Amino acid sequence: MAKIITKNLNLWYGNFQALKNINSVFEVNRITAIIGPSGCGKSTLLRVFNRMNDLIEGVRTDGEVLIDDINALNSHTDLVVLRKKVGMVFQRPNPFPLSIYENIVFGEKIHADSITRDKLDEIVKKSLRDVLLWDELKDRLNEPALRLSLEQRQRLCIARLIAVKPDVLLMDEPCSALDPQATARIEELMRELKNNYTIIIVTHNMQQAARVSDDAGFMLLGELIEFGKTEDIFTKPKDKRTEDYITGRYG
Amino acid sequence: MDRHIDEELKELHKEILSIGVLTQEAIFKSIEALKNRDKAEAQEVIDTDSRIDTLELEVDERCIDLIARYQPLASDLRFITTGMKINAELERIADLAVDICQRVLDLVDKPLLKPLIDIPKLSDIAQTMIRDAIDAFIKKDVVLAKKVILSDAQADELRNLVQEELINDYMAHDASTADRAVPLLLIARHLERICDHATNIAEDVVYMVEAKILRHHPEELE
Repeated sequence: MAKIITKNLNLWYGNFQALKNINSVFEVNRITAIIGPSGCGKSTLLRVFNRMNDLIEGVRTDGEVLIDDINALNSHTDLVVLRKKVGMVFQRPNPFPLSIYENIVFGEKIHADSITRDKLDEIVKKSLRDVLLWDELKDRLNEPALRLSLEQRQRLCIARLIAVKPDVLLMDEPCSALDPQATARIEELMRELKNNYTIIIVTHNMQQAARVSDDAGFMLLGELIEFGKTEDIFTKPKDKRTEDYITGRYG
Repeated sequence: MDRHIDEELKELHKEILSIGVLTQEAIFKSIEALKNRDKAEAQEVIDTDSRIDTLELEVDERCIDLIARYQPLASDLRFITTGMKINAELERIADLAVDICQRVLDLVDKPLLKPLIDIPKLSDIAQTMIRDAIDAFIKKDVVLAKKVILSDAQADELRNLVQEELINDYMAHDASTADRAVPLLLIARHLERICDHATNIAEDVVYMVEAKILRHHPEELE
């Protein structure tokens, strides 16, 4: 089932066209990886889905980004609601300088007018369980989040995200600050999470894209060159530019 | 851009090619030994088989090493995995050449049952198929690979012909011919199996070049 569909999506930063006529479908309960050399537009595409690009001056878009059949690019889209539904995990884990507990309930406190302590406790427990941190951290909830390891911080950021019950998780190089073991564990977590979410990941790490994703798209100079099942993209790409990129002949 | 893996892939290419050459030689010599009733030549093929076995292991190790160190993708991945399969096919072909030579050793001291006509023909087809299959691999030539695949039917037909002749014209009439007819029958069977392995190589080449799987899908061969 399609969660996000882009139709003839174009995006400009001033005069520079960063996305060129992107047509793609992101399915529910699947991990889609977007790969491509630096500056190809993959992070820009990711940021279109929750309108993070709006924060940059001079951005202009046309085309459609249908999320559950509603165009997220509409001028009357409620960005708070959109970003609750479409959450994002960044390259460097960026917990707030608050306690572990406060990090997780931060979003819920913004989105809900009044909420009981019991309800918040429940959210913290469930969110930490979902990212497999509960057993490790249940007795340390009031400690500063910045005391955690990088991997724990990244897990915490994912927990903070899923605490507000999004549908889509956008991940921009979520493992680039992590060592191989931590990377493997985050990838395992992604596989767990995909049962409940639509996950889109941008990565420079080709092997990670090959390991973790179900679908993959290759972007170059703002164009989506090829999009399909990961196994096809990595074993029998149709476009020579995809082939050259993933075999390291280019980029 | 020349990548470090390119050098390694070239080496792999060379190694597979040398197994191919040795295998072709083995079949050629096995049939020469049969035609000339040459014990020494048959024995030589049997003795040199261990060289092919050693090379096979080396190629396998190189492929595994390349996969582990480079995590190859797309055409690189297809080249290496195909290389592994072709390597195994060639080694099997060389084993069949040894089998033929063992049958030759069974036959040399006995009088000739009949003049050899169809077996040398079958051997020519087998040698051509292998040569073309290896050529197709080297040149990434799908047209040539498909030609190899289509030749296999001819080999099956000739094998049947030899079989029918040996059974109906000799063994059915005179059971005492069996000790000379059965080795010939087996040689025809070994040659036909060699053609099957050449066909497998050709199918692997098509996969390597076009990412199209022909194995068990003859309808894909337009």
